Amino acid sequence: MPDMPHRPHPAAPLAERPQHASAALPAIPAPTRRHVVQGLGTGTAALALGGLTAPPAAHAATEPGTPGASPSAHPAAHTHTARFFSPEDFAFLSAACERIFPADAQGPGAIALGVPHFIDGQMDTPWGRGELWYMQGPHRPEAPANLGYQLPYSPQQIYKTGLAGVVAWVQKTHQAAFETLPPETQDSILTALENNATQFDTLPAAAFFEQLRSDTIEGAFADPIHGGNKHLAGWTMMGFPGARADYMDWVDRYDTPYPYGPVSISGETA
Amino acid sequence: MAEKTLPPVDVVVVGSGWAGSIMAKELCEAGLSVVMLERGARRSTARDGAYPASIDELEGAVRYKLFQNPAQTTVTVRNRTDQEAVPYRRLAAFLPGAGVGGAGLHWTGVHFRATPQDLRLRSHVVERYGSKFIPEGMALQDYGVTYEELEPFFDRAEKVFGTSGLAYTVNGEVTGKGNVFAPDRSDDFPLPPLRDVYTAHLFRHAATEAGYHPYAMPAANASQPYTNTYGAQMGPCNFCGYCSDYACYMSAKASPNVNIMPALRRHENFTLRSNAHVLKVLLDSTGKKATGVVYQDAEGNHITQPAGLVILAAFQFHNVHLMLLSGIGKAYDPASNTGTVGRNFTYQNITNSTVLMPPTRSTDQFIGSAGGVAIDDFNSDNFDHGPHGFIGGSPLWVNQAGVKPIAGAKGSFPGAPRWGSAWKKAAIDTYRHSFTINAQGSNMAYRDVYLDLDPTWRTSYGQPMLRMTFDWKDNDIRMNRFVVSQLEGVVKALGAQDAHYGMREPGKPFDVRDYQTTHLCGGAIMGEDPKTSALNRYLQSWDVPNVFVVGANAFPQGMGYNPTGLVAALAYWSAHHIRTQWLKGNGGPLVAQ
Repeated sequence: MPDMPHRPHPAAPLAERPQHASAALPAIPAPTRRHVVQGLGTGTAALALGGLTAPPAAHAATEPGTPGASPSAHPAAHTHTARFFSPEDFAFLSAACERIFPADAQGPGAIALGVPHFIDGQMDTPWGRGELWYMQGPHRPEAPANLGYQLPYSPQQIYKTGLAGVVAWVQKTHQAAFETLPPETQDSILTALENNATQFDTLPAAAFFEQLRSDTIEGAFADPIHGGNKHLAGWTMMGFPGARADYMDWVDRYDTPYPYGPVSISGETA
Repeated sequence: MAEKTLPPVDVVVVGSGWAGSIMAKELCEAGLSVVMLERGARRSTARDGAYPASIDELEGAVRYKLFQNPAQTTVTVRNRTDQEAVPYRRLAAFLPGAGVGGAGLHWTGVHFRATPQDLRLRSHVVERYGSKFIPEGMALQDYGVTYEELEPFFDRAEKVFGTSGLAYTVNGEVTGKGNVFAPDRSDDFPLPPLRDVYTAHLFRHAATEAGYHPYAMPAANASQPYTNTYGAQMGPCNFCGYCSDYACYMSAKASPNVNIMPALRRHENFTLRSNAHVLKVLLDSTGKKATGVVYQDAEGNHITQPAGLVILAAFQFHNVHLMLLSGIGKAYDPASNTGTVGRNFTYQNITNSTVLMPPTRSTDQFIGSAGGVAIDDFNSDNFDHGPHGFIGGSPLWVNQAGVKPIAGAKGSFPGAPRWGSAWKKAAIDTYRHSFTINAQGSNMAYRDVYLDLDPTWRTSYGQPMLRMTFDWKDNDIRMNRFVVSQLEGVVKALGAQDAHYGMREPGKPFDVRDYQTTHLCGGAIMGEDPKTSALNRYLQSWDVPNVFVVGANAFPQGMGYNPTGLVAALAYWSAHHIRTQWLKGNGGPLVAQ
């Protein structure tokens, strides 16, 4: 029986003066410590009941062996309305994320993890609006790639431009919507985007693909408070304990891999 | 927008990171009235590091909550002088801080001294290898201060930072199993070293087997509860793995916010103003005396703060930028090799190697601290460079500061697929079973690598951006490749399943898209000759003697070690000479020209 997880214990009160700054409040509602401690307790109980080797529940809920599952196998993707994306764009986005991060023997895919909704939610943030990037011109998109991003698009504009372009491009080249195509065809389309086979307005297809790939990974593995990583299943797959963030008792137990499953900022456990 | 002039003060300090906080504390202790101006927001560990909200990879390390926002101010970058530089629009390669505490709030906490050789590298190389050993175009220089002179200030900084480590010699006597290459110390570290995480433990044993000399990395993460020399309290590091990019919720990582601000705020002669972006240093009609600074506040007002002494401590490149915008010293011109402000701009030469262990054991990379295990066998001049024909070196280490899953998945094993099921499996296997060995190397200065003002792009404050002209050079590429290749014996001893040796590739230019390090150096360097340095050995401007410029901008070249320990020691060194000499004199130069 492993030890109880060590509870986070912030240091003794410091002399540091609390600051009531004019800066924006954190965007994330901070749960009380009590919630987290409860969460840890639940995790320990689940561990004791489930044992260390039982597959996480999130795995069982998915369908290993159906890597090409079409979005219709995931009705959740369509029953929740996206706030930023049009239904047509969201259908492409969902299907594309699922091919980048498919449901498979490793665990759930992007749709079951809520990745498309995560991306939708990120559009309405300072980052999504481009407020965290230097957006002033002049722009030099022809500059060498190693000198970094030089396009005039914010993340919102990358998606708006990229999705409008790619939906039309797939319709033209395949006479069908992306989400209705077989997985192999979807993969070949994504590969073409990755290899920059076309461009949408002045947005290179590869820039759109890289944004999509990067945001899919973020949605799969960010804390669930951001809308993805549902049921902490991304973390369970990776073997990441999430917001436990206290390994005082585990640093030098070189013969024992860390045994506890993840907990989120909100206190949710896998 | 209004313009306003405030009553004069004795000192204005630009920046509230380590350099600014140390200078402000020292000058408050001297009884001077000090106004500290911070470009960013108020920040505190209690709020910005509060558990559990701060344990958020997306906000902390992906959206860069605590960092400088390029939309407000950034730089332009090019590799060569015949290119047009373009803006650094998204943070990636380097991550400057903004807000109270500066980058000192979200650094990792690796806390080194400098080696005696690094501080007088030109003299040392000439003595050992001859002046012909220095390649054409390399601007190799001495700091103008020796290790012996700085030793008391290294010691002082460690006792403020609560640094955990293990000495090798103290006052000439071997006292512990520390770094056999480390210079002598006047006292031990204030705290014992942090425990080795599993991967560091593996590296320690494999490095020993390979014939090297592993040691516990010195870290400003408290291995035990600690009360520092200012009475500020630190909690014990619990290896939460949220060091880099985050405020430490345990208050175990040293930061200006935890270790200095509580004491600084007790001085009635201290004032901190946040959201105060300094636009320039004001000079009198002679151009030889600063009269204060002008800054823009959060409402867009331009405020003049008169002061008798100006300390620039705004981070390496912001210091250089302010000097160029203010006309302090002569801008460097690489064509004629004249001028000093902007020259000897350097970085740090880091590549990462990935070791994949067999699937029978998890590497638990999420556990982390600023500690770890390093070898210095190929750092500095700890080995004979004669047969290799390059200058510089690199420590090799496992410094596992906590790998989170977004970063882990984005950086899965080199050569693996980039998406789809095969990628997913590789990403998960790599996260669970691999670890990273870093080669963090020196970067020499070159005549055509420098900082100046950009002719095209402007910051949100309407000022010309700073322009970086930077590329990797043959000497540094060969150094990196030699040092990384020495890892083969370690990897063999580890029993690794696979390894990817991360090396600098000849012909591959500096790439701003890949995170490397925020250890930017030089541009306004210290030295003994006003023709080749912007600052004298006390960090005083040769040209405007009531301006001192504190930070890694003062390093003549980039060293293998992390810069913060040397920045802190140089700040205490500079402050000591302001207090004991400059304040007692006529306000003139501390070194005659």
